[in-house]
Amino acid sequence: MIGLNHYLILGTCLFGIGIYGVLSKRNAIAVLMSVELMLNAANINFVAVNHFIRPDQAIGQLFAIFVIVVAAAEVAVGLALILSIYRHASSTNLNDFNLMKW
Amino acid sequence: MSGMIINDLVFVAVAGFTLLSALGMVLSRNIVHSALALILTFLGVAALFFNLGAGFLGLVQILVYAGAISVLIIFAIMLVMHSEPARTNLFNTSLGTHLAGAYIAALLTLSLSLAIWFSELPQIKGKTVEDAVGMLAQLFMGNYVIAFEAAAVLLLVSVVGAIILARGAKQS
Amino acid sequence: METIFINIEEFLTSWMVGMGLAQPWADLIITILQWTIIVLIITVNTIVLVWMERKVSGFIQERIGPNRLGPFGAFQTIADTLKLLTKEDIVPARADKLIFKTAPMFFIIVSVMLYAVLPLGNNMAVVDLNVGLFYFISLASLSTICLLMAGWGSNNKWSLLGAMRSVAQMISYEIPLVFSLLGVVMIAGSLNLTDIVTAQNRVWFIILQPVAFIIYFIAATAELNRGPFDMPEAEQELTAGAYTEYTGMRWALFFLAEYTNLVAVSVLAATLFLGGGHGPWLPSWLWIIIKTYLIMLVFMWTKWTFPRIRMDHLLSFSWKVLIPVSLANILVTGAGIELFRWMGW
Repeated sequence: MIGLNHYLILGTCLFGIGIYGVLSKRNAIAVLMSVELMLNAANINFVAVNHFIRPDQAIGQLFAIFVIVVAAAEVAVGLALILSIYRHASSTNLNDFNLMKW
Repeated sequence: MSGMIINDLVFVAVAGFTLLSALGMVLSRNIVHSALALILTFLGVAALFFNLGAGFLGLVQILVYAGAISVLIIFAIMLVMHSEPARTNLFNTSLGTHLAGAYIAALLTLSLSLAIWFSELPQIKGKTVEDAVGMLAQLFMGNYVIAFEAAAVLLLVSVVGAIILARGAKQS
Repeated sequence: METIFINIEEFLTSWMVGMGLAQPWADLIITILQWTIIVLIITVNTIVLVWMERKVSGFIQERIGPNRLGPFGAFQTIADTLKLLTKEDIVPARADKLIFKTAPMFFIIVSVMLYAVLPLGNNMAVVDLNVGLFYFISLASLSTICLLMAGWGSNNKWSLLGAMRSVAQMISYEIPLVFSLLGVVMIAGSLNLTDIVTAQNRVWFIILQPVAFIIYFIAATAELNRGPFDMPEAEQELTAGAYTEYTGMRWALFFLAEYTNLVAVSVLAATLFLGGGHGPWLPSWLWIIIKTYLIMLVFMWTKWTFPRIRMDHLLSFSWKVLIPVSLANILVTGAGIELFRWMGW
């Protein structure tokens, strides 16, 4: 019998994979993609909790839609930043992005 | 009863598919393959939403994530690609950072999973909302209208910001 | 005549249940049968459409078109299909093989899945989804990725350029496409395609929403990558765009998927704007076929009479003309609905 536990654990696993990607990848775009994975994991939790605890209301789905909106904005700005840094450093390797370091 | 078993099997299959494609995204060395695996993950998550009775949200997930965001990502990848495709998405050079990342991720996943597994979660499995679209619309235009407008402003600002960043501001 | 297909379906179901089969299994078999019929319809339609396209283009360019094989050259397409089937299947050595091979399959799967919600007559949709229109839009957005996969997997600069052009074009035109449909949804008050058809009982939406229909038509032409918006596969400069490296059966799959999309978009236009199955005398499914073919004829007419548009003109037309006009259309529609409500309709 699949219950709320299973969905939450699935969300946790996705979130863990996302964290692993963020911490260990070199390419800035790959890091951005891993962040998307983490946001998706959060969405699964929202919808699962909505379905199992208050199925008569759609608040969890509403929150998930807000998360999707913010994720879209984040990707647009993040990719534009990567493009503009790429034009200066001609690299997407995060180790080369050390302009602010001294 | 057999309906329950079929439902469980569907969940296991979809969850396995989602996790495998997520792992494929992180572990692939070719960033285009990574992006395509990410699309598969998004589709898997959309299938989970369908399974949870949130059909509208699943379609939003397909439209926004799989149809728009991932295309944006692949487009950006193609614009910044300049080396051998098989070496575009490598792990961090220092093994220490890599292992530390893996350790933190594993620790977090394990502890949270155990905590969830051993906690008594309420499971009222009632009827899901029939007309989720209408209910969402009422929430958006009712109690959450300020958040809705703020999200709209956020999208507008981010679009303008992205265009300015990507084009590069003209030096006057 | 009206309910002939529904009667056949009910007869088959009751026959299978009578033979001792459980109800869910009978339903499953019926669903599989429905999909088989849809694939059959698509294939037959494509054969007819390719012939029609050649005849129409011949007529417009004052030629005869195919005229050797069969009456009026009707069997020309079948001969071409046989030729394509026997061609060598070439995979470029430096191609990204997995992506190269899966791209046409994904494309055709996505195109066929569009038909799940389309009512091909009264009560004749495979799934009567209550967010049917939204399902159609979100699945149609996936075909962009298939083109991108094809262009990337070929490892060829023409393919990549064609794919990037088509993606830029399809993403820009998706916005006015969706906005133009919003007017219809606002009047009908539902996302369910059957409800939208029912709402057109008295007056077709093309009369209430003429601007939306024109925007939909233009945006759909761009989404289908058809002329005059066929920059992604402009033969003279990009060979064949994303399909340059594809041969034989794989190329035929792309071709089939393009015509599948054409039919799907035309059926949607007939459902949303031309009253679906409504019409006098003839059964509803025949009306759908007639209306769909009428719309496809207009698609072909525009393709063969207009010259190709430049890429930057194409994009600025979408962002600077179509999107503002479609937004204004939504505003006017909303005001109109309120006005009629106030007048007490």
